[in-house]
Order: sequence, then C-alpha cells, then structure tokens
Amino acid sequence: MFILEINPLVLPDIGLVFWNTIAFLILLVVLGKFAWKPMLKAIADRESGIEEALLRADKMKAEIAAMQNENEALLAKAREERATLIKEAKEASDKMVADAKEKAKSEYDRILADAQLAITQQKNAAITEVKNQVGTLVIEVAEKVLRKELSNKADQESYIKQLADGVKLN
Amino acid sequence: MSFLRIKTLLVASFSFLAMAISNPLLASENVVNLDSNTVAHDTASQVASAETHNATASHEEKAFNVTETILEHIKDDHSWHLWGHLTVALPVILKTSQGFDVFSSAKLVDENHEPIVYTGKFDYKLVEGKLKIVNKQGAVDEEANKHLIDISITKNVASLFVSVFIILFIFLNAAASYKKTGVTSAPKGLQSFMEPIVLFVRDDLAIPNIGKKKYAKFMPFLLTVFFLILTNNFLGLIPFFPGGANVSGNIAFTMMLAVCVFVVVNLSANKNYWQHIFWMPGMHWSMKLFLAPIELIGVFTKPISLMIRLFANITAGHILVLSLICIIFIFKTIFASAIAVPFAVFIGMIECLVAFLQAYIFTMLTAMYIGMANEEHHHEHADAAHH
Repeated sequence: MFILEINPLVLPDIGLVFWNTIAFLILLVVLGKFAWKPMLKAIADRESGIEEALLRADKMKAEIAAMQNENEALLAKAREERATLIKEAKEASDKMVADAKEKAKSEYDRILADAQLAITQQKNAAITEVKNQVGTLVIEVAEKVLRKELSNKADQESYIKQLADGVKLN
Repeated sequence: MSFLRIKTLLVASFSFLAMAISNPLLASENVVNLDSNTVAHDTASQVASAETHNATASHEEKAFNVTETILEHIKDDHSWHLWGHLTVALPVILKTSQGFDVFSSAKLVDENHEPIVYTGKFDYKLVEGKLKIVNKQGAVDEEANKHLIDISITKNVASLFVSVFIILFIFLNAAASYKKTGVTSAPKGLQSFMEPIVLFVRDDLAIPNIGKKKYAKFMPFLLTVFFLILTNNFLGLIPFFPGGANVSGNIAFTMMLAVCVFVVVNLSANKNYWQHIFWMPGMHWSMKLFLAPIELIGVFTKPISLMIRLFANITAGHILVLSLICIIFIFKTIFASAIAVPFAVFIGMIECLVAFLQAYIFTMLTAMYIGMANEEHHHEHADAAHH
C-alpha cells in the first residue's frame, strides 16, 4: 500500500478506467461484428477454396494419370494387334508364295514329265517310222536288186554297190 | 528467447527502481523549490499574490528536474500539450454530489500554465496534475473530494479515442475490401497488410494455445486486444501529436484489459479447469488441500501479471528514452546530444520491437489462459500435445 500511495503512476484513475472500458467494448462490438467476422470468414472461405482447389487438382491429376494409363494400354493393345496382323499377313503371304512355288514346281515337274513322255513317244514313233521306212527301202532295194540281177550280173553287182552307196542311214 | 527474457527483466527492474526512486526525488524537488523561493528576486512577480509568486518563481528559477520532467511526460494530463505554448484544451467532465459539471480544461490554468481555481458547482484546482475540490482557503477539501468522480477526456482518453478511430478506420476498410474483391482474389492495399497480422494472431497465438475446436469463439477478443495494445504502443512511441500520450503504459489501461481477460477466462472456464483449481485430480488429499489456495491465487495473479508486464514495459521504455534526452538538459550543452540522441534512437528501435512484442506476449498469454480454462480432460491434452 505504501508504494501505491507514493507513486501516482500505479494508481489507476477512475475516469481513465471508465473511458478505456467504453472504448474497448465499442471496439470489441464494432470490430467483432463488422471487421473480424467478415475478415475471418473471408479468410476461412479462401482457405477452404484453396484446399478444395488443391483437392480438385489432385483428383484431376489422378484422372489424367488414369487416362494416360488407359491410353497407353490402348496403344499397347493396338500395337500388339498390328503386330499380329502383320505376322498373320506375312504368314499368309509366305504361305501363298510357298504354295505358288510348290504349285509351280509340281506344274514344272508335270510339264517336264509330259515333255519327256512326249519326247519318248515321238522318239519311239520316229524310230518306228525309221524302221518302217528302212523296211520299205530294203524291200524297194531288194526289189530293184532282184530286177537288175536278173539282167546282168556284173551290172547287178555294181548297181547294188551303187545303191548301197546311195542309201544312207540317217 | 532468453535475450528477450533478460531484457524484459531488466526493463521491469529498471521501472521498479524508477518508481521507488521517484518519490524521494519528488520530495527533494519541493525542498529545492522552497529554497529558490526564499532567494527569488523577481520584481514582476512581487505584485502577484503569494501563491502565484510562489509558482512563477519556481517555474522560472528552479533547477531542471529530471524526475519531474519525465513523470510529466508519462502521466496523464487534463490538457494536451503540443509544443511551446500551444496546448489543446480538453473537456473536463466531473460527477459531483450535485450532478455533472462540464467545462474546458483551459479554465484550470492561467497564461503561464500554472493551475488556478475554477469555480463551477465547486471550486476546482489542479493539484499535482489531478483535479481536486478546494475550499475557500485554497486547500484540498478531502470530504468533498470523496464524492468527486473525474471522468474527463484527458490526454490519454483523447489519444485512446484517436487509436480507436485509427483501428476502426483500418479494419472496417480492410473488411470492406473483402466484400469488394471477393475471397478468391489476392488481398490488396490495407487488406494485404493487415491480413498476415490477423492470420498471425489466429495461427500462431489462438490455434496453438486454445485448440482448433474452440479458438473461433475467442478470436474477436484476442484480435481486439492485440490491435488495441499494438496501436497504442506505437502511438505512444510517436513523440508528437497525435501520439505522445502514454496510454498503454498507463495502469488504468492495462488494468482494464487485465480485468477483461480475467472475466473472459473465468466465464469461459469449464468444469475440468475448476476441478484442477479446487481439487487437483491425481493427488493425495492433503496435497489437494495444500494446492487449492495456491491455484486460487493463481487465478488472480495471471491477469495481474499481464497488467503489470505491459504497464512496466511500456512505461520503462518511455522513461529510458526521456532519460536519455534529459541528459542534454542536465549537461546544458548541445554536445551531449552526440551521445544522447544515438542512444535514444537505439532505445527507440528496441521500443518498436517491444511495442510489438508486448502486444504479442499479452495476446499469447491471454490465449494460453483461455486455452488452460477450456482444456479438456488431461489425457486428451497429453495426446494433443504429443501430436
């Protein structure tokens, strides 16, 4: 109490306390209603907005990633399909080529065989004809020889020789 | 942080010393005045009355008194002295036993700024800066003063009103710009300057101390306390009009805030808080009996510590700066300013920090006390602290 009495600095004036209280209450009420409430609400709104936007962005990111995955899967599938298609086409073409080759070969073989057959036949036919002609010739020669023999012996012989020279077996 | 604690301690002890010493100095000053009166040969004041002679002589001839000068600057006043002979007169409002009495404070002083008697419903006179009812002989009438309530608009009150207008202007404008620009756009101007501070109070003071669940209810109170203290601290640092009044370094101001904190803390307190005060759980019954009065005292010491901390810090800062400036007048040479002014600037810088720091500490402790009063069961808190 002694210190309180000796120093006016630590003695609160009733008037100051009165006005301070009024000023503080006015500030509290007015600011509370017209400043702090809208400010804090706006800040909270903004914060929730930002949070929402971030969440949304995350969601979008995930969605985009999912879409990319899907795309990649589709691409891979398409690639695979293309590969199989190409493979199949190649196989088909290879088969076709092989088939064609085989066919050609068999055709060639057949033609060759046919040709050989024809050649053999013609050869045989030619030989037969030659044989026939030789026979005919022999008969003709024999006939002529026989006719000549009957007239002159020497002439016969020279004639035969002449004939023999004229006959050329081919 | 330890640096700040040491600093606070130093300031507090210095202010306590200043308060303790000021009384003997005031006493010796009276002696000096009496001495100077006896040797005064002021011809001009010879014709004046004995009392005016006394006052004028002491005004002109007394030695420069540091304590008086400093206290004059720190104390409240009925008029607002701007510079030289320019003084703003403020209204004096008195509630007496015969109703209200309102008049200008200019009527309480003569042209030499010495107190004179003004006669309203009673005879009033300024005695050591305080308005008193005096009787016909010019002596203080103790009996009549008991019914006198002085609710004048003093320098501190006027400065407080200025700060209230500044705060209202700033924050009503800032709040309005949220409506104008909407919540999605970035803050602009005043709004962008104030929003981080408001967020600081919310995120660094309210939420950590009170908790996410309950802090919203106390935000208006904490913000108002913070910005009222901050504004008045900074206004007090401005040495000329409209600053210069020592509002936040006045015990009435800090007492009012402390009482508000006391009311808010104890009205919001839950059962758990009162149980911890009167019947501390988890203790032996004898310990509970021992702790109850200590805890009960704590209920009062918390706001009282708030009151004294703010008052002492701000007043001490003002005393420091004024003391340094007074060095020039003590040595009566302009060269003293080479030392005094840089030091005063340095202390002024620290005062800027202290102005913010004290508003911060006051609000943080208030939030902490509110948080303690609203704490849920202990294990829950332990859990919360863990995370």
